[in-house]
Amino acid sequence: MNFLLKKMKKTEPLFQKGGRFEKLHSFYDGFATFLFVPDKVTTRGSHIRDHMDMKRTMSVVIIALLPALMFGAYNVGLQHTRAFGIVDWTLLQMFWFGFLKILPLIIVSYVVGLGIEFIAAQIRGHEINEGYLVTGMLIPLIMPVDVPLWMVAVSVAFAVIIGKEIFGGTGMNILNPALTARAFLFFSYPAWMTGDKVWIEGLTKGGGLDGFSGATPLALAKLDGFAQMPSPMEMFIGTIPGSVGETSVVAIMIGALILLVTGVGSWRIMLSMTLGALGMGLLLNLTGGSEYTQIPAYYHLIMGGFAFGTVFMATDPVSAAQTNTGKYIYGALTGILVVIIRVFNPAYPEGTMLAILLMNVFAPLIDHFVVNANINRRLKRVRTA
Amino acid sequence: MSKLIRLRKGLDIRLAGKAEKILLPETAVTRFGVRFADFPGLVARLEVQEGTSVSAGSVLFHDKLFPEMKFVSPVSGVVREIVRGEKRVLTEVVIDQVGSDKIDFGAADPLKLTRDEVRTKLLSSGLWAVIRQRPYHIVARPDAVPRAIFISAFDTAPLAPDLDFVMANTHGNHLQSGINALSRLTDGKIHVSREAGSLRVPELDNLQKVDFHRFAGPHPAGNVGVQIHHIDPVVKGEVVWTIDIQDVVAMGRLFDTGFHDRERIIALAGTGVLHPKYHRIRPGATVRGILNANMKDGGLRVISGNVLTGKRISSEGSFGFYDNVVTVLPEGDYSEFFGWATPGLKKFSYWRTFVSSFLPQKEYNLDTNLHGGHRAFVVTGHYENVLPMDIYPVHLLKAIMAGDVELMENLGIYEVAEEDFALCEFIDPSKTEIQEIIRSGINLMIKEMN
Repeated sequence: MNFLLKKMKKTEPLFQKGGRFEKLHSFYDGFATFLFVPDKVTTRGSHIRDHMDMKRTMSVVIIALLPALMFGAYNVGLQHTRAFGIVDWTLLQMFWFGFLKILPLIIVSYVVGLGIEFIAAQIRGHEINEGYLVTGMLIPLIMPVDVPLWMVAVSVAFAVIIGKEIFGGTGMNILNPALTARAFLFFSYPAWMTGDKVWIEGLTKGGGLDGFSGATPLALAKLDGFAQMPSPMEMFIGTIPGSVGETSVVAIMIGALILLVTGVGSWRIMLSMTLGALGMGLLLNLTGGSEYTQIPAYYHLIMGGFAFGTVFMATDPVSAAQTNTGKYIYGALTGILVVIIRVFNPAYPEGTMLAILLMNVFAPLIDHFVVNANINRRLKRVRTA
Repeated sequence: MSKLIRLRKGLDIRLAGKAEKILLPETAVTRFGVRFADFPGLVARLEVQEGTSVSAGSVLFHDKLFPEMKFVSPVSGVVREIVRGEKRVLTEVVIDQVGSDKIDFGAADPLKLTRDEVRTKLLSSGLWAVIRQRPYHIVARPDAVPRAIFISAFDTAPLAPDLDFVMANTHGNHLQSGINALSRLTDGKIHVSREAGSLRVPELDNLQKVDFHRFAGPHPAGNVGVQIHHIDPVVKGEVVWTIDIQDVVAMGRLFDTGFHDRERIIALAGTGVLHPKYHRIRPGATVRGILNANMKDGGLRVISGNVLTGKRISSEGSFGFYDNVVTVLPEGDYSEFFGWATPGLKKFSYWRTFVSSFLPQKEYNLDTNLHGGHRAFVVTGHYENVLPMDIYPVHLLKAIMAGDVELMENLGIYEVAEEDFALCEFIDPSKTEIQEIIRSGINLMIKEMN
């Protein structure tokens, strides 16, 4: 690797201020620090620093996403065989079929998103922030597999520019960028984000078996009552139509385990959001009323995007509540909201995305109250002293 | 027995190179220095020039705001150089040791002196500077009477000396006299915090006129600021004092013998040292004496103080005013191929993303590499895990960055010192210079409140 390092050191001046490729500095820097952790030493403050950096933090999340991605690829193939009556595909064929369908989504997401990040970093004179590495992987996983690529590109650009960069980049944004992208598509091109065609590769181009419905469980429940829904086991394992990475609770739980063991994901949010949804579901079960309120409470945890949202979206440290106490409140309220939207709002079968985005907006308010409580504790000491 | 205060938050950085519990005799040192950076916020007025002859205890400079607050020479000799940095800012007074003249400030029993007499003696002998105050973690202002005085009798910082060992080997029996002197300066209590399960050290065990507290837990449990927070927190409008336990001894020595003598026992530690052991040294002495033929090869960094809060000095630099350890670490000026992606079998980390977290290993080698680049704050909920105080670190930091004085006050700026945030800085994946931000916030407060 010394050869590579020498080569890089030699080309470095070209990208510095005054160099020929000065305008590509952020790009060069991003690439160079990707290959080598730089030889920078501490100059102020603590002389030793943890080996952890932002690249590794983000990598952990990406690794945690891999099970969902792999299962998603397999499931895309599986759903395709079901819709088109194909019976002789092996597991590997299904996986490969799905993988090739997802790959363009990932590529478009990264090229567009990272491109904008590079430009923003260059303008600000910052180093590239690794936040988009995760967002760029999240976005394909929460899209229907048949979504047109240009739509992905447009939504990514919207999310990165409007959702993140105008606030000051990673760390400053109010809304979760990946969900911003999805919400943008959801409201701009609803036909491509709902219904019973987009979730399965090929259906939008026509074809498929007669009478086959590719609707998601939640949509089925809305249309025909929840008796039509797949079995809980199927929803838990994830062999159902849905966004690429959201269907398998098992795969997502593996990811959750990785996030929890490493401490990168917040267990407070995951726990409180699950309890919030479960509690609200049980409460509705008790009230009686419509058929929707009677959906067994635990269904809410395995249906739709709840699991994925809980593990990967609500826990985004930047857009979630930042105080530990605030995280419990934020998580619980998000969980409650998911169920409320699902049960009481017929227009939106999927409530997770909207619930998280809404609570993203309220997270600073929650923190404000938590921090104020701390301030009041401190002021009280003055009076009693 | 005192109540046990158990802290769960914090982190023990298991650094290799701990000093062996062997005390070496004092090495002869002929050069001393007094560094101005050891006294943040001080505006110094020199009383000597290059070439002035001084005795141990002679005034070198005083504080502009409180001219009665003197800073004195640790040895007798000649002022060799007054070092100035950028914009002619004073950085250091360097003294060549000659002879052994010392000024006699007069022995006295502090309990028979008035508060003013004790104060005057400390101010004129230069020992006042060992007392620091919260808020602000600066040399105590002589015009205030502290609500209480806090002394930490253990140090949990990485590679810090074992203060029980230090106290057991300290010359003379001056600790009680020092406490007696302090007791004249406050109407409140004198709190001494010891580590749960610490050794029996008669001089400490039998101390009178103090309230003992016991602490258990990882670093920063030994930080006096953390102890204050759990014993009796600082609130707006009042002042408490903190003092290093070895300086209480020096204070006692002043009253018992009449001389300014801050001889102390320190650890020489770190993986850059061949024989990490304990040494006797006076603050200000060049570290060349103890480092001589004792350093490994390669690029090394010499730090006066511990690896989290110490100051970088040269291998001939002078030992800091408040420090109790000299640490030598390898410099980390190398590039690591895909360093951020390695499994990390031997990499110490707070984060359980390295294989090392799941392996039983006692000690780790760390160097001065930054291990990443500067980013905005992203992760949340982890800084709190290494700060055992009821304070929201990121909110306080952001208030400081925004210069919001009222919010800083509300969020607890009076209770903290930069050392309390050193672990936040260590674990931060965004590599923010947190201690520097805290100090700038404190400096802003000092400016705003005057």
